Amino acid sequence: MSQITHHIPESMLIAYAAGSLPRPFALAVAAHISLCDDCRVGLGAHEAVGGTLLNEQPVQMVSDSMKEALFAQLDDTPLPEPDPAFERSGVFPGPVMQALNGKPPRWKSVGGGVRQTLLHWGDDGSTRLLYIPPGKAVPDHGHNGIELTLVLQGAFSDETGRFGVGDIEVADDTLEHTPVAEPGAPCICLAATDAPLRFNSLIPRLLQPLLRI
Amino acid sequence: MPQPPEKTYSDQTVLMLAVRDRRDRAAFGLLFDYFAPRLKGVAMRSGLGSGAAEDVAQEVMLTVWRKAEKFDPHRAQVSAWIFQIARNRRIDLVRKENRPIPEEIKMVDRVEDDANQILAMDQEATQLKLALNRLKPDQRALVEKAYLGELSHKEISDQTGLALGTVKSRIRLGLERLRHELKGMR
Ligand SMILES: [Zn+2]
Repeated sequence: MSQITHHIPESMLIAYAAGSLPRPFALAVAAHISLCDDCRVGLGAHEAVGGTLLNEQPVQMVSDSMKEALFAQLDDTPLPEPDPAFERSGVFPGPVMQALNGKPPRWKSVGGGVRQTLLHWGDDGSTRLLYIPPGKAVPDHGHNGIELTLVLQGAFSDETGRFGVGDIEVADDTLEHTPVAEPGAPCICLAATDAPLRFNSLIPRLLQPLLRI
Repeated sequence: MPQPPEKTYSDQTVLMLAVRDRRDRAAFGLLFDYFAPRLKGVAMRSGLGSGAAEDVAQEVMLTVWRKAEKFDPHRAQVSAWIFQIARNRRIDLVRKENRPIPEEIKMVDRVEDDANQILAMDQEATQLKLALNRLKPDQRALVEKAYLGELSHKEISDQTGLALGTVKSRIRLGLERLRHELKGMR
């Protein structure tokens, strides 16, 4: 495993532990954690804080009938609910395979040799995979909000540094940067933003995801 | 080296291990009596009415029973594990689509529990409680909001820097062993 030097910001790790991170970021964080033991340990630490706070919460009395109803449901054989656990496949970590429904990405050309696969879009933002040939620039994200870019294969560099496999870049709308894929293997990234996609009234809504970068 | 006897674990850990290993209903009843009123309290904080909050507490505790086999005291305290279950439940309620699930670390094959590691997790919980109780009331209120899902990540970074710094220096302490264990598993 390559050396990861760019990690999840602490505030996002806490929001992930608390369950308050928008879905596009939650996917990027889950994918990074699948690749990064440091952030996995950090998440565990924040969950320990959450558990401590749960211990310290003021109590609200629960009814006896609820307890009885619950005990009536206890089965003696352990029944672990099957987690829809997706396995890593090639360069794609489990959570990305989950977002792909276990199928390989269906790349669509967006010009300049760059391809993308849209994984999710909605009011809470969007998530997509990007495929950038060596030496090519990552397309202008035009981010309104915050964009997370997690490298899954290859590497890119910009004014702020070099990002290899497992590294995650956090860019807000104040960052002017031109990421360029390194020579060698094509760069494959997961890009997540919390900015809602803006729909141009002249273009039918259904076509937007196909054209949008 | 002899293993310390089980009774040096925290009460919560002892009870949860009894549920995990023996499906012990009496032990589960005690965990229920402790956690259900707190889970209900957290749910009411988020704006649910008493009845709905009780439903949430019931579902979370049923999941605790059903997934007891997955409880790993080397990785998380009982309270941290139940915190995760409650968090996941809350996300699943809000979102229609699947919640992204990180890959699981492969379980190491343990012949028996590593008492020292479990005790280290219990001690970490004690340290955390002390650190949290040293926060000033306004800092404490922010930290609670952040971890109970009442702040966005932007609000967390804007508002809680100082308070979280205090906690953060603490939460790294007990986790070095865990870090080494994870590294050894790859
Ligand atoms: Zn990391």
